[in-house]
Amino acid sequence: MIYQDSKILLEVRGLHATVNGIEILKGMELSVRSGEVHAIMGPNGSGKSTFAKLLAGHPAYEVSGGEVRFEGKDLLELAPEARARAGVFLGFQYPIEIPGVANSQFLRLAYNTVQAERGKEELDPLEFDDFVREKMKLLEMNPDFLDRSVNEGFSGGEKKRNEILQMALLEPKLAILDETDSGLDIDALRIVAGGVNQLAHKDNAIVLVTHYQRLLNYIVPDYVHVMEAGRIIKTGGKELALELEERGYDWVGAEAQTGVRVTP
Amino acid sequence: MNTIATSNYLDGLLQGQPPASPLSWLNQLRASAVDRVGVLTVPTTRDEDWRFTDISPLTKLSFQPAQGAAQPTQAAAQLAPATLEQWAIPEAAARLVFVDGIYAPEHSYNRAGFTVENLATGMNRHAAAVQAQLGRHAGFERNVFAALNTAFLHDGALILVPRDLSLSAPLHLLFVATRKQAASYPRCLVVAESGSAVTLVEDYVALEPAAYFTNAVTEVALADNAQLHHVRVQRDSAEAFHFAHCAVSLAQASRYHSVSVALGARISRHNLGVLLAAEGAECSVDGLALIGGAQLADTHTLIDHAMPQGRSRQLHKCIVDGAARAVFNGNIMVRPGAQRTDSSQSSRNLLLSAKARVDTKPQLEIFADDVKCAHGATVGQLDVDEVFYLKSRGLSETAARNLLTYAFGAEVIERIPVASLRQRLEQAVLAQTQAADPGAAGSS
Repeated sequence: MIYQDSKILLEVRGLHATVNGIEILKGMELSVRSGEVHAIMGPNGSGKSTFAKLLAGHPAYEVSGGEVRFEGKDLLELAPEARARAGVFLGFQYPIEIPGVANSQFLRLAYNTVQAERGKEELDPLEFDDFVREKMKLLEMNPDFLDRSVNEGFSGGEKKRNEILQMALLEPKLAILDETDSGLDIDALRIVAGGVNQLAHKDNAIVLVTHYQRLLNYIVPDYVHVMEAGRIIKTGGKELALELEERGYDWVGAEAQTGVRVTP
Repeated sequence: MNTIATSNYLDGLLQGQPPASPLSWLNQLRASAVDRVGVLTVPTTRDEDWRFTDISPLTKLSFQPAQGAAQPTQAAAQLAPATLEQWAIPEAAARLVFVDGIYAPEHSYNRAGFTVENLATGMNRHAAAVQAQLGRHAGFERNVFAALNTAFLHDGALILVPRDLSLSAPLHLLFVATRKQAASYPRCLVVAESGSAVTLVEDYVALEPAAYFTNAVTEVALADNAQLHHVRVQRDSAEAFHFAHCAVSLAQASRYHSVSVALGARISRHNLGVLLAAEGAECSVDGLALIGGAQLADTHTLIDHAMPQGRSRQLHKCIVDGAARAVFNGNIMVRPGAQRTDSSQSSRNLLLSAKARVDTKPQLEIFADDVKCAHGATVGQLDVDEVFYLKSRGLSETAARNLLTYAFGAEVIERIPVASLRQRLEQAVLAQTQAADPGAAGSS
């Protein structure tokens, strides 16, 4: 939701980035204020996921120009763990499986690390168990998932729920959800989206990276951005997503190149 | 190294043999082993079986058996019961403690209700049973360390499990090293009668960081339908030399499950041979070596499918840090006629530093045509995406790497069927991974 006078959380200016020497981001611009929900859409290969992972500090991406400020501070100079502790959260498109590490152990370690950073109380295994079970209800998750290895053998939907569970535990200021809707059936999509909606409030912001409009029926964005060739070429309201669903992406590119509004 | 030097070295090691036994067959066994030591030489890296394991540091030191020392039981007497607490397995039904290879009855107990006693006592009491098995499984024709152990055959553990007896509480054999330059030659014999089922923990620990020499031989004979869970923990001092040879013979439909964990020793070599000598025998042979610094841990296994319908499973993992080196040689033999053998073997290795090294050699030799055999080996570093995933949740680089390293090793440790030991070892692995220098990490 757009609030009057809310503060700027994320400010991306002229961001260029490469992976293996190939430039993927070419002048990315974005401002996100607290309370807002942004959707970044665009065709495959437009740089959406690169942008999401770069914000979280993935080591494969090298910034070759521009800046990213989070709450006014230089985000790019922080290590991934420092970004997480500062309140940046990435919901992974493909959550990693970690055999041998119990999900409960991983969740508690992450929770306590972030709690410690914020000067808040850490929880012992018993206290945490109660706490996390409450959060799991939000996502209609079976408590059995606590005893299993992190994401190992989870279905696509279970992995995505586990991502949102982590978001619920870590309470980030900025959550970037990368293709959270991919691989979800309609019931799972409704549950995951419902969880995200409950976690959204006026002091945090959500950036949805998605290929399809479907997710945006459940999580309604304040802004929709279209990315192409490494930068945002069009920004609009939630109705833009519907238009993209109907007409595809080609016309946006054409319009951006010619500066002429292309009508259907 | 020339032959004269090594035979001199072996002559030196042969000093201080135990006095003649009243059992003539035992004296004969020892004598033939002494003869064999005279023929064999200390292995070098020119021997195929020792290609990756240079044991020359051993030959620069001399060792004496504790039997030869004055007042041999002094060390055991000085060992406070509280000191042993750190290695205690509370659920154990029996415990035999050996200090520098010498049996310490004051620290031992047996509530198992069958023979779990020191071999020197047991072989007089159960002469026929012992004579029928001792030295019959662990050959020393081509193995100088097995020959040396047999030349010194004197004491160790004797476990005779009666027919159809099933005991879930483990039996604990605890070998404590306390003195530098001590040589110990423990010998263990496990004979399980048909239908029995027990769990054995063979545990090598050190009181202080001394350079000593442990040369152990264990023989296991399982009768029809018998089952043994065999846990072997080698947590010797990082200065120590540990050579071990374990020979297992499986009768019809018997089941042998072993988990071996090697954390200690400067140089260790563990030979494990399992002979599936009758139809329908089954074994799982799992191992974990977690080493760093300048340690070397070598595991050689032979799973010998001699008869039809055998089943074997093997998972061997090595976690290698610093300039350490791990060696794994896993041979699976399927002999002619061993049809419907079902075997799988996996060697997985994690290198934590640029100087760490692993040499892994899975070997399948199949001489039957109706078999199912699979094997594979991987060597890698910590996965960049796994590390990033954990860091993106706030974990530090070090915490992320430790957790992943721990998880890699935990897969083997979780297979230990003794809860208290499993927990202790998980803590030990966690402590060892945390002690590792994150700056030495290779994949960052």
